[in-house]
Amino acid sequence: MLAKRIIPCLDIKDGRTVKGVNFFNLKDAGDPIELAVNYSQNNADELVFLDISATEQKRKTLHELVFEIAKSIDIPFTVGGGIKSIKDVEKLLKNGADKISLNSYAVKNPNVINELSKQFGNQCIVVAVDAKLVDNEWKIHLVGGKVATKLNLFEWVSEIEDRGAGEILFTSMDHDGTKSGFAINALNKISSSINIPLIASGGAGEIKHFVDVFKYANVDAALAASVFHYGHISINKLKKKLIKNGIIVR
Amino acid sequence: MKVSIVDYGAGNVQSLEFALNRLGVNGILTAEKEIIMNSDKVIFPGVGEASTAMKKLKSTGLDKVIPNLKQPFLGICLGMQLLCNISEEGNTQGLNIFSCDVRRFTNKLKVPQVGWNIIKNLKGPLYEKIENSYVYLVHSYYVPIIKSTISVTDYGLEYSSAIQKDNFFGVQFHPEKSSKVGSSILKNFLNL
Repeated sequence: MLAKRIIPCLDIKDGRTVKGVNFFNLKDAGDPIELAVNYSQNNADELVFLDISATEQKRKTLHELVFEIAKSIDIPFTVGGGIKSIKDVEKLLKNGADKISLNSYAVKNPNVINELSKQFGNQCIVVAVDAKLVDNEWKIHLVGGKVATKLNLFEWVSEIEDRGAGEILFTSMDHDGTKSGFAINALNKISSSINIPLIASGGAGEIKHFVDVFKYANVDAALAASVFHYGHISINKLKKKLIKNGIIVR
Repeated sequence: MKVSIVDYGAGNVQSLEFALNRLGVNGILTAEKEIIMNSDKVIFPGVGEASTAMKKLKSTGLDKVIPNLKQPFLGICLGMQLLCNISEEGNTQGLNIFSCDVRRFTNKLKVPQVGWNIIKNLKGPLYEKIENSYVYLVHSYYVPIIKSTISVTDYGLEYSSAIQKDNFFGVQFHPEKSSKVGSSILKNFLNL
């Protein structure tokens, strides 16, 4: 049986790891390579790196960091943040990224999902979706939650699948940074409507939240950042608890 | 030891090169027949689409070279699938080294299968001193169980996660991304 995945997410700003609380308050949490190696040796199933650098200038070296990460770890990793062209994607994959994650770029040019899946294979195209509840409707937001769109979450994820993406990474902006648990209802609704893997993100604060998201939202993977970076939850302990609850993990 | 990695435009060859580096080996990424034929080991990587990959192999003439190689040969993921007869992906004629067809997952589980799954019923030198373990897989198509099957994985149905016939080995998983066990499997291959 396929195991459920635990994915630490490393936000990268100007080459360093940071974690935003509700996306806006940044704290330095260390050297990305060191963190990555540490996670790969401590039972993480996969890693996600999101570049949140403010300027293009500072983002330019992302592919160099990707090269160093690929050299240092032996588990798969996804890279996202600020991808604006097919050339960006090609460069990141060539330097050793296993998957790339699109966000605003895909919302603004949905066709790019089709093109990239066809060119590189759908297994390496992840579409990240950030949403929050506005007047009782889940709406897609861009630029780390700062820009609202009219796009409905459930319509958008279904379109993403139809266009050929390989995976969806959903972050609830209402839950992210709150440590109060994942957005179980929305996740469950997405999970039952698509047939590609779904990664849950936003809201992890304690082990129980992971148990709940696998049990009640039927997601394929759960992603978190600060609870892992600051050592509040150890992945080994988390996996033992998941096994105890009948959830299959590596 | 000379290890060549067949260059036919497959994705993420960099990670494979790094995995070999960690085992003290420098792989040579090449499409040159001479270099490939004179290598001690040949690795046939694979991330991509079957029909595009076969076209590329035909354009370089490697489709004629590969089936006649005598040294240990390892196909990874799509590289394994291309060693079979026909793939449902793009209705592609493969290299016919293994007589079986490659099928698409049609069960109710999610496709592609992405993540860590168990290899079991391990046989042969590739798995020497290796026990049933989790390995990393990403694929939508699979090789059914055949007499050349050397390990089995379960994703809605049981399929071949590895096959072997003489010097030809194929693994559906990515040893370069499968942590310690992946590295041990690569090491076993290099030691053949």
